[in-house]
Amino acid sequence: MNSYLNDLVANAPVMIVTMTVLVVMLVEAVRKTRPVATYYVSITGLAFAAVFAITNLTVEGLSFGGMLLHGGYANFFGALFCCVSFFTVILSRNYFERQKYHRGEFYILLLFATIGMMLIASANDLIIVFLGIELMSVCLYVLAGFIRTKERANEAALKYFLLGAFATGFLLYGIALIYGAVGTTNLAMIRNVFAVVSINILFVIGAGLLLIGLAFKAAAVPFHMWAPDVYEGAPTPVTAFMSTGAKAAAFAAFITLFIRTFDFIGGQVNELLAVLAAASMILGNIVAIAQTNVKRMLAYSSIAHAGYMLAGIATGTLDGQVGVMFYLAAYAVMNLGAFAIISLVEHEGDQNLLLDDYAGLSYSQPLLAVLMAIFMFALAGVPPFAGFFGKYYIFLAVIRAKMVWLAIIGVLTSLVSAYYYLRLVVLMFFSHGRATVETSPPRIVLTMIVLSALLVLLFGLFPSIIIQTAQHYF
Amino acid sequence: MVPLQLYLILSAMMFIIGAVGVVTRRNAIIVFMSIELMLNSVNLTFVAFSAFLGDATGQVFVFFVMTVAAAEAAVGLAIVIALFRRKQTVNLDEINIMKW
Repeated sequence: MNSYLNDLVANAPVMIVTMTVLVVMLVEAVRKTRPVATYYVSITGLAFAAVFAITNLTVEGLSFGGMLLHGGYANFFGALFCCVSFFTVILSRNYFERQKYHRGEFYILLLFATIGMMLIASANDLIIVFLGIELMSVCLYVLAGFIRTKERANEAALKYFLLGAFATGFLLYGIALIYGAVGTTNLAMIRNVFAVVSINILFVIGAGLLLIGLAFKAAAVPFHMWAPDVYEGAPTPVTAFMSTGAKAAAFAAFITLFIRTFDFIGGQVNELLAVLAAASMILGNIVAIAQTNVKRMLAYSSIAHAGYMLAGIATGTLDGQVGVMFYLAAYAVMNLGAFAIISLVEHEGDQNLLLDDYAGLSYSQPLLAVLMAIFMFALAGVPPFAGFFGKYYIFLAVIRAKMVWLAIIGVLTSLVSAYYYLRLVVLMFFSHGRATVETSPPRIVLTMIVLSALLVLLFGLFPSIIIQTAQHYF
Repeated sequence: MVPLQLYLILSAMMFIIGAVGVVTRRNAIIVFMSIELMLNSVNLTFVAFSAFLGDATGQVFVFFVMTVAAAEAAVGLAIVIALFRRKQTVNLDEINIMKW
């Protein structure tokens, strides 16, 4: 009993979010008016969980009979997910009130998805990996189609659901074959089996299927076809949440499984991951140029960023993994900021989402335009912003791992990407248009955007804050 | 005793039939049924391995898979209904305001 309590306390961040969501459901059951109380309970719970996770970054251990990792690596991602979710909650209240679709269920689903992501990062058993991914995905299917009166949202939800469930099939079959090959689902035991037994074909097929499932969740080419449609059709705060949180969760699983547990099955997967990475970088960046819708453009950009992160993972070195963890944090702040501004500029009923609608934004909303320019520069990888150091660390690791061709593709595609990021900046500052926002942006959302812009700058100027933390975990 | 290979071949065939169904069929409900077939082939694999390894983990996993499949079915059918109310169709070829 006592050890059970200890386990609960050790997993405080996950438990706090779980308690929060239970309270939120109770509040929802008795609520009569607008879901304002729900909103405040959600942000309080998430803030507490994030603080707990950050203050316990160095303790590490196993809990619940070796099913969960707590502290350390799990807390790094736990803090990231709580911050992303916190930002999304603040963004969505304003967004859904303007869309006249402010419902309490939204917060419940968002919090459950956050719990799923945190479980993925703390998994030490394939069962937990599977449950975490499903808890996250099932909530995201609903969130993508949350405004169910909109046809576009329905379509996004259906596509996401069908392809997501399809990918789950591959993921599960992979887990089943791995279980058959090694006779256990515990990651620590799988690691031990590897030390003594040679690898058999069943395991390799299983790991391959698992790779397909995870690549789908991370939206890497060739498993990316759902991403543009879903990102475009989903409500903008949900898109922000999916492109940062869900992607980070998929990469957390990648690192846990392929690096920390399978150790690349003797280096056979590196080459395959490198090819996926190169394909994602090329396709994402080139197709993004042709887009006219801002959300769709950022969807392709997120495919390209998945490629950069996969390149970091493909190196299989310490530098690469640390680079990926830094990149995930940097990408989260810059992408959240960009999507926050898109959600402010967006008008009711999916209007004002085209690139041309941003023409001349600097005249009507100078602050928003400057902030958006910062995020675009950061996404393009211009120093001194966070995106530059993210790419720098990853390409450095790639070159050190003797994959020079991959680094060359990465740098060249980054150059291509500068075109479409900077095109938006040029539109905002140097062309005359009638870009407007519906209502003047609320102070709290603006504060969050400014905060993330500051973080983009901070991560860019002092990347060691994150790098040093991340280095502990390998 | 039936050898393990036969179970594995059967479940692999079920999985492939399901995957082919997802790719080729155009009715959202039938696509969804094909996905369920894939999940059930995984369950068969788990149970077969579990019996041959003499280890209960696989059978525990099957319960989790069934629960998750039920949750997925609830969400999936709800999404299909929401779409059907709006468009009066569940044919995937007609669900294309955004290009795939």
